[in-house]
Parts: sequence; C-alpha cells; structure tokens
Amino acid sequence: MKKTPLYDKHIELKGRVIDFGGWALPVEYTGILAEHEAVRTTAGLFDVSHMGEVTVKGKDAEKYIQKLVTNDISTMADGQVYYSPMCYPNGGVVDDLLVYKLGQEDYLLVINAANTDKDYRWFLDHLEGEVEIDNVSDQYAQLALQGPKAETILQKITDTNLNEIAFFHLKTGVRFKGSTALVSRTGYTGEDGFEIYLAPEDAPLLWDMLLEAGKSEGLVPVGLGARDTLRFEAALPLYGQEISQDISPLEAGLGFFVKLDKEDFIGKDALLKQKEEGIARKLVGFEMIDRGIPRSHYDVKKEGKTIGFVTTGSFSPTLKRNIGLALIDEKYAQLGGKIEIIIRGKNLKADIIKKPFYQKKYKK
Amino acid sequence: MEIEKGLKYTKEHEWIRVEGNKAYIGITDYAQRHLGDIVFVELPEVDDEFNAGDTLGTVESVKAVSDVYTQISGQVVEINEELLDNPGMMNKEPYESWLACIEFTDTSELDQLMDAEDYKKFCTEED
Repeated sequence: MKKTPLYDKHIELKGRVIDFGGWALPVEYTGILAEHEAVRTTAGLFDVSHMGEVTVKGKDAEKYIQKLVTNDISTMADGQVYYSPMCYPNGGVVDDLLVYKLGQEDYLLVINAANTDKDYRWFLDHLEGEVEIDNVSDQYAQLALQGPKAETILQKITDTNLNEIAFFHLKTGVRFKGSTALVSRTGYTGEDGFEIYLAPEDAPLLWDMLLEAGKSEGLVPVGLGARDTLRFEAALPLYGQEISQDISPLEAGLGFFVKLDKEDFIGKDALLKQKEEGIARKLVGFEMIDRGIPRSHYDVKKEGKTIGFVTTGSFSPTLKRNIGLALIDEKYAQLGGKIEIIIRGKNLKADIIKKPFYQKKYKK
Repeated sequence: MEIEKGLKYTKEHEWIRVEGNKAYIGITDYAQRHLGDIVFVELPEVDDEFNAGDTLGTVESVKAVSDVYTQISGQVVEINEELLDNPGMMNKEPYESWLACIEFTDTSELDQLMDAEDYKKFCTEED
C-alpha cells in the first residue's frame, strides 16, 4: 500500500487505516457520525494527499484541455477553478476533475486517486500542439479543511487575507510557518472550506499546526468514511458510483458542466445525441419509507420491473434518515414517485425526493 | 477491547448469555469496534425458528453490513425492540445489547462455543 506523507499522523491519532484503492488511509478516527457532525457544525481536517495532480503548460494548454473536458474553460480567469467531467467518445466518463487556472499557459488538473494512471495515459494519448504535461501527483500533499469554522482556523496561521479567496478560486504562494502552499476555496463536503496543496515534506507540520489552531474551534481530523457521507448528502458525484464509463454526465444530472455549445470536445457528438433523443436514465434522490439502508448497486424496481440501481445509499448522519441516489429509467423519475429498493431479497418502499439532501453552505 | 467473563462466544463475534434453557445473543465489543457506528438493525420475529448457523438478524454501520448468526437451534421467545430505535446502544453497551433470545433444547450446541479466555485468544489471532 502507498502511504501519504501524513501516514504517521494517522497512526498517532489512532485512525483506523484501510486499503483505499492502494492507499493506506484512515476510514475514521473516533467515528464517522461524530466526524461528520464536526464538519457540519465546526470543522474537519482531511488528508486527501492520494488525489492525483497533473500540470498542463504551454501555448496550446487551453485548447488541449478544452478538447478533453466537457466544461468550457475558455471563460476561466486566472486564479479560477472549474469542475468538469471528462468523457470518452461514447459519452461515458473517464473521470471528473478540477481545473486550476494558474495562468494562460499554466494549468493544474486535480483527478481521482484511483484514476490517476488511467487519466494520465488518456492525457498522453490525446496530446496535441505545444503542450507539456507532467504527472506531479508525488510532488503534492493535499489537506482539506472543511466546515463553517474553516476560514477562522486557517486565518490564524497565515497572513494572507483568506477573505480574498472567493468560492472556486485559488491563491498561490500562501505562506504558513515552514511552508508555502496553493490554497483554493473548494471542497467535497457541501460546506465552506479550503483545499491546500503543498510539498509532501511540509505537510506534517501544517497538519499539526491546523489541529492546534483549530482545537478551540472544535476542529477534528476526519477520515474517508465521513468524507463519503458528507459528499453524498450534498449530492456531489463520486466516480465509479454516480458517474462511470457507463454513465454519462447528462444522466448523472451534471448538464451544467457539459457545454454542448462550445467547440469540439471528446464525447460531444454522443452527448448531443443523448440530449436530442432524450436522456433515458436519470439520477434521482430517494428516501426509504420501509426500514432499511440502501447501498450501492441494489436494484430499484417499480411494479415488479427493474428500472435501475442505487448509485450511493446511506444512513444520513445529518438528516437521520435512510436515503439514496439511484440511476433509474427517466419515465419513473418524477418527484414524489414511489419506487422499491431490493434489500436482501425484500422489496422495500421508497419515495423519490429532491436532491441535494443537504443544502450546500458555500460562501459565495 | 472488552470480553465479558461467563458468556459463550462464536467465531463470528457473537456472544451468548445462557439463562436456563434461554440464550440471549448479541455482538461482541470486537465486532462493534470493527463495524464502527451502528445505525441499523434487523431483528427476527418472535416464534421464528432457527437452526445453528442460520442468520438471526443484520447489523449495519454507516459503511458496513454484517449478518448476525445463531449457533444455537431453537425458537425466538423475545426480541430487543429497543435496539430498533437506538442501534447505537450496540456500540456503547455491546454486552447489554442482546438482539434476540432463543429457547433451546439441545445443550450440546453450547459445547461447540468458546469461553471468554478462548475467545480472547481467537481475537488476538484475528488481528
């Protein structure tokens, strides 16, 4: 298993370390419910150093990325961050990623850990023009500080006025004692917060400084378990569940990030066709009426017929209800609709409800 | 990790408290620690009949689903309905939080189970 630069910290903090796609990372420290609640009410600190980073530089950098992703990055200003799916020609998703625009010829792409090698091959296979790409995943540690107290805590340890970093924007050269980092107001929890990229060797000190600075604000370290329940309540997609090579971003409800009116990009024809012919499947939120917790890949039925499957399901720590996301036949996807989730052979009733389940608290 | 003396234990990390011809069945401290925060439990119904090795119920934490087995054959005479509304009790008080009580006739099945000392050894080997 690969270790992040914070591995020793996780052991020190008695994190329950598991094999997460080849990475030794903590699923929880004290418990998923308490960690989840801390992020919703105060703040949580995550080690997300497993995430992949790729730099794209050169005269044709914008054109190159524009061809790969579904969002329109030509509208980005320096210092801005965009979320985007990246598709195969058939409209299935290679990965979803964050595009950081550092300059007109200088971008940083942040990709899913489990997809890093696959993505990098994809980038290499589609190289065009004056572009230089580099897989710099090993040169970055990444910490995520998330929650309503995130800004207060981070401000204690830097002179950079964090108020100046707007939602989905970044700042480079943010100085802390012993390190300089790239900081963006982004995250995967539905709360305000920051993602901090820095040299691996500087990460342990920053981790300790943050926990110390945040102690009085209620900051706790948070594992991957709560990271998943937090993003799920906010209905933020997870690759391999809501989106995959078999699920298009339009089916997953990510149409906002698919700019079909921009110039050619990989997957455009297939996605245009989907839109014209009508999107056959739709991602819906649902709440269990009968007792039971829905889980990924459970079947969804209606009147005895299988109409789809659960992409993510869980007990919601914030709402204290059993809820899920499911990809189902568009015909049955209306709000208030009744569906059945098949749990251990039983058909259990559920209602289609609005998503996200948790209203995001971004600072905009 | 806590292991309570006087109980019987299974390899699937259930405990059994024997009172006369009744067996109260729950999950051990080791089991609840490995599961994490328990948020759901499915119990059998009173009068259900089970053979040793059958699934008695299901316990779910935020991330995991785990079946609970009975190694004792018999009929369910009581279930712990309190757990339905408060499954987290299994984390806080694992040895108080029995799921179901089974009335049994075949005492030989009890001999197959571990005592506290054997179970402690078994857990050390599991880790």
